[in-house]
Amino acid sequence: MTRRKITVGVTGLNNIDSPGPGIPVIRALKESTAFDARIVGFSYETLEPGIYMHDLVDKVYQLPLPTAGSSTLMERMRYIAGIDKIDVIIPNFDAELHNFIKIQQELKSELGIATFLPSREEFEERQKSELNKFGDKYDVRVPESHMINQLTELKKLEETMDYPLVIKGRYYDAYVASNYEQACSYFYKIVAKWGYPVIVQEFVTGIEVNVTAIGDGKGTCIGAVPMRKLYITDKGKAWSGISLEDDKLMEISRRVIEKSRWRGGCELEFIKTKKDEYYLLEMNPRFPAWVYLANGCGQNHPEALVKMALGETVEPFESYKSGKMFIRYSYDMIVDISEFEKISTTGEM
Amino acid sequence: MKIRKNIAVSENGFIFNPLTGDSFSVNQSGAFVLRKLKEGESEEKIMKMLQEEYDLDGYTAEKDLNDFLSLLKSYQLTEND
Repeated sequence: MTRRKITVGVTGLNNIDSPGPGIPVIRALKESTAFDARIVGFSYETLEPGIYMHDLVDKVYQLPLPTAGSSTLMERMRYIAGIDKIDVIIPNFDAELHNFIKIQQELKSELGIATFLPSREEFEERQKSELNKFGDKYDVRVPESHMINQLTELKKLEETMDYPLVIKGRYYDAYVASNYEQACSYFYKIVAKWGYPVIVQEFVTGIEVNVTAIGDGKGTCIGAVPMRKLYITDKGKAWSGISLEDDKLMEISRRVIEKSRWRGGCELEFIKTKKDEYYLLEMNPRFPAWVYLANGCGQNHPEALVKMALGETVEPFESYKSGKMFIRYSYDMIVDISEFEKISTTGEM
Repeated sequence: MKIRKNIAVSENGFIFNPLTGDSFSVNQSGAFVLRKLKEGESEEKIMKMLQEEYDLDGYTAEKDLNDFLSLLKSYQLTEND
């Protein structure tokens, strides 16, 4: 079968100890049986390793930071589209999704660039701060969560909740506090880094199991693969993991994707308790950094996403292989300063 | 007691539980018991086979088998009949 030539823009090239999903997404696309994908990488910083991986990334453009807003991003996209014809963009960072969701229509109508993103409502309803409502709506267990803006609220919560408690930032970071003093110190740490509000969450003990999934936005779960982390870095990221065969977990995950009519890739993070109960901790609105495992298990989710972005119908995957492991490694590339100079000064390479 | 259907046991006694992602290694006698459980033999019969195979007295065979079975249970490798 001849593979169609296509150009895909991908963000999240930071393949570091807290890796972005960009490189795994690109690897999955490179192994696509349907597409011969040329990759345009989008970076935010000049030392994102993906910028220098020339065997995977054909061209790189720096993007304005998400805080610059959607019109600055659109302006940059106009410039890029004037040089490179891009068919599809897969954004891979939580923080940038807001802007991409906002400009998705313009990208399509003005520049002919397709995306496959959730609507703003779908994106918002699975925010960490909305977890309780999300759990009720889609009939999935979630740990009790409260948003607080000051420590007096934490004192009040102590009347109904016991330590340990999880103190979380609105977007990133989570710490387990065993007492009030620890909780206070984490509260300030998170406020300093991520601002208000801070989330105080019930600590659920058990095994962490995650699912990488993709929905068609019409109520069908196109694919889902569950994984248990085997080796975790000090940042809590999986350095190694194994695909599972867990019907109950799959049933819950499909239900969430289908009922929420999720459009695009996502990651569901669960805790499985000793009583075999599954608590949804988070739903991340993009592919996880371990999405390449899904490809290794027989489900190429990035390829399916590109097809759907191009308006093609994709049949749901019916199976995957359990017992497939991923093991990460770090690798140092030797890069000439001229390359660093080029991306630093011109913002493209 | 039965070994869960989807548990994979290799020739050399490596066990993979796809439900939890756990893997284990067992020695020769452990692999022997697992094989017999997979073949659907009763605990009583396995105990006798264990006695014969490893030249054990009844008390030791029963104790070792029970210890091993409770270990399998605690690691969620078994299901009830």
